Amino acid sequence: MRIEEHPILGTFEKGKTVKFTFDGKTMEGCEGEPIAMALRARGVIIHRYTTRRNEPRGVFCAIGRCTDCIMVVDGVPNVRTCVTPLREGVDVRTQMGKGPERMQG
Amino acid sequence: MQRREVVVIGAGPAGLSAAIEAAGNGVDVVVFDENDRPGGQLFKQIHKFFGSKEHRAMERGFNIGKDLLEEAKSLGVSVVLNAVVLGIYENGVMNVVLNDRIEEVKGERILVATGASENMVPFPGWTLPGVIGAGAAQTMTNIHGVRPGSRLLMVGSGNVGVVVSYQMVQAGCEVVAVIDAAPKVGGYGVHAAKIARQGIPFFLSHTVKEAHGAGRVEGATIIQVDDKWKPVPGTEKHFEVDTICVAVGLTPMTKLLGMSGCKMTYIPVLGGAVPVHDRDQRTSIPTTYVAGDVSGIEEASTAILEGRIAGLAIARSLGYLEDGAFLSRREELLNSMAGLRDGPHGIARREAKELINAAVQG
Repeated sequence: MRIEEHPILGTFEKGKTVKFTFDGKTMEGCEGEPIAMALRARGVIIHRYTTRRNEPRGVFCAIGRCTDCIMVVDGVPNVRTCVTPLREGVDVRTQMGKGPERMQG
Repeated sequence: MQRREVVVIGAGPAGLSAAIEAAGNGVDVVVFDENDRPGGQLFKQIHKFFGSKEHRAMERGFNIGKDLLEEAKSLGVSVVLNAVVLGIYENGVMNVVLNDRIEEVKGERILVATGASENMVPFPGWTLPGVIGAGAAQTMTNIHGVRPGSRLLMVGSGNVGVVVSYQMVQAGCEVVAVIDAAPKVGGYGVHAAKIARQGIPFFLSHTVKEAHGAGRVEGATIIQVDDKWKPVPGTEKHFEVDTICVAVGLTPMTKLLGMSGCKMTYIPVLGGAVPVHDRDQRTSIPTTYVAGDVSGIEEASTAILEGRIAGLAIARSLGYLEDGAFLSRREELLNSMAGLRDGPHGIARREAKELINAAVQG
């Protein structure tokens, strides 16, 4: 799904390849790109399931406005993955409903 | 509390241009933007612009963006990223999220250049992963170098629809069709012709009946609509696609203005509720100015000029400019704008803007 050579833009300047996990599986992406882009480049487009009807949702606006792409990132629910940069070793999980409850305090 | 002469909200073409014009006249300017990179949507625009040479015609959006940023930087404008303005209160005081803290900032003048958000059209299946805004599609391909999918259907034949369809072809996607509920192509002929030359069919007077798929988009059914926008049974067509792009217009992002008490008016041709403003881009709150899509949906080139005019007027209102210098520069900018608000697409916008300008007195 990555564009190797763009007719107008040429090649894209991307960060170095880093490893992260998606639902426990190791994946690779480019450091600094949005988590959602690293996932999409690997064909992952389901980010969460809704609370009441358990319906799948994915990226919709890609600029941080609509919050449809939220996931659980390093244990924190409701993270907008389209505007959250990928870092080495980050733990990304499909969010079920409202996600895990946060730690107290 | 931080005090600045001018706070610009939004580092897109309008905000940056206003900052440049004001700073060029000696004004102290800070620009806040909620994104982690500046330029608004300019860096996603890889097509050539229209207009004459003075409007940067034949240049691509991302190059114009680079130039604006460099010019702003050289004039000492500070562009603060990841800075979300939460609200504008009395006397130009606003709350800004900076480094996960909420800070108070006061601007003697405020320019709101927050742009627009995409409209949506709901249809059965529209929440499936794979249904995305056209803006999302161009963000993926032109900023991040990732294709949204392999085969896509474009809903909407306005400029955004036809321009982004072509960008998807450039990115290596297959566009199966461009559809529009209206009986005519909405976008400029030049952009539509590029789509036609690719052999991509237009289905006009058609809408999406349904998006199909188990957990993600696997197909779309379109259906013809009659002259009362009612679906005509038996006219369904099916496409196997993994992506449906929705490009059905933009709405000005006026929330900050509305909550701060600016007088608003409703003008459909400009995208809905817009702030009333005068020819200097000043709103009903004398210290608040607007420029670009937030003041009425137009184009990047008009946003740049509105920004310039607002920046100039702000500089004059703060005493940095003599009347003579102000008037001659404003004349120059307004003439340039008249060249853009021309032709079949531009005249309606010009008339709408004149209505808004007149509403200031009302």
